[in-house]
Amino acid sequence: MSLPLRLLLTVPRSARRGEIIEVRALAQHAMENGLRHDQNGQVVPRDLLRQVTFLYNGTEVFRADLHTGVAANPLIQFNTIATESGVLTVIWKDDEGRDAQTSSRIEVS
Amino acid sequence: MGRAALHCRFQAELFRQIRRVMVSVGVCVGLATIISGWHLDARAAEPQGRRSATLDLSRDTRAMQDDDSLNPATFWRLDGEALWRERVGHANRSCASCHGEAPDAMKGVAVQFPKMVAGQLLNLEGQINRCRSMRQGATRFAFESNPLLSMAIFIGAQSRGLPIAPARPMDPVIPVPTLPQSTPLVNAEIHSDSAWKSLLETGRALYTRRMGQLNLACVHCHDERAGARLGGNLIPQAHPTGYPIYRLEWNAVGSLQRRLRNCMIGVRAEPFAFGAPELVQLELYLMERARGMDLETPAVRP
Repeated sequence: MSLPLRLLLTVPRSARRGEIIEVRALAQHAMENGLRHDQNGQVVPRDLLRQVTFLYNGTEVFRADLHTGVAANPLIQFNTIATESGVLTVIWKDDEGRDAQTSSRIEVS
Repeated sequence: MGRAALHCRFQAELFRQIRRVMVSVGVCVGLATIISGWHLDARAAEPQGRRSATLDLSRDTRAMQDDDSLNPATFWRLDGEALWRERVGHANRSCASCHGEAPDAMKGVAVQFPKMVAGQLLNLEGQINRCRSMRQGATRFAFESNPLLSMAIFIGAQSRGLPIAPARPMDPVIPVPTLPQSTPLVNAEIHSDSAWKSLLETGRALYTRRMGQLNLACVHCHDERAGARLGGNLIPQAHPTGYPIYRLEWNAVGSLQRRLRNCMIGVRAEPFAFGAPELVQLELYLMERARGMDLETPAVRP
């Protein structure tokens, strides 16, 4: 597993209260599905990001379970409502339950 | 752990490649059957209006290319930025020690390659490795290695939006930032008009030469059939405007040479080795053919 993960989290720096904002997270990850074989016929071990969770000031606002059909370097994008100034955090969990996270600040006026 | 993962990815990549070749061979056999009946002329008939493959991307892929926060090649670009500042080798020098800040120093550099450097035709990757071994006293990066691709993307991205203009001997010399040694960068003897033109001609000849068991030349698909479909995929005009690219099929970043080798494997030819002079000459011809088009590094392709 190639943790620590490389993550890019994109959140608008500022927004008005009640405004719909777009949140994006891009991870650099092989997403090996565990179904393929290498040149020697050995199964390439599964290496997947299984869960991605977004927290807005500690409150969960988005969660997705990822499976074998997701391509390498997955991108997750969703909309939420800017309620208060604070921190958006994305947490990625891998097959073995290890996690990596990154945060970004947003100012709400 | 990192190395193991990298190894797995490499093997995974090989497997994808093999599967792709099997599919494309099937497709090409069909195509060759059609083409062989038509007695094609191998002379390059360039497409009417030049068109970057960017214009034919789906809306989502286009958005990926245009927005750094969506483009996975951003990871490689950021790696390249870190490498730009890293002091390495006997000289304990970073790229920045000689060249300064990349946005200024490297603007308009990538569009000039491949170009003649000390009597040798080098692509951007070749120049990066030349700098590493000659100026930094460090080991050369391996072909298609992540650090080399990262550097090429980082340097290429500084010229994003500038017109492609491979350096010609007749062009005015672009001032080189102060270098620690006064080694001449250009060998005037070989860096002549005729030597450059003959390399360009070799590149053009390679582009129009039939190769492989399917006996196809680049020109058959990318000039004469550009815009048509091969196995459901649009055949592009083969203007290398965005290399190194992030290719969705590869799930990774790759160089123009990797793409060229891909096509050669597709027509069942023995591909030239990475770094082979033939591949660089072909690159030169393609870049000259795309002269004036905007550089889009790092582009995203399906």
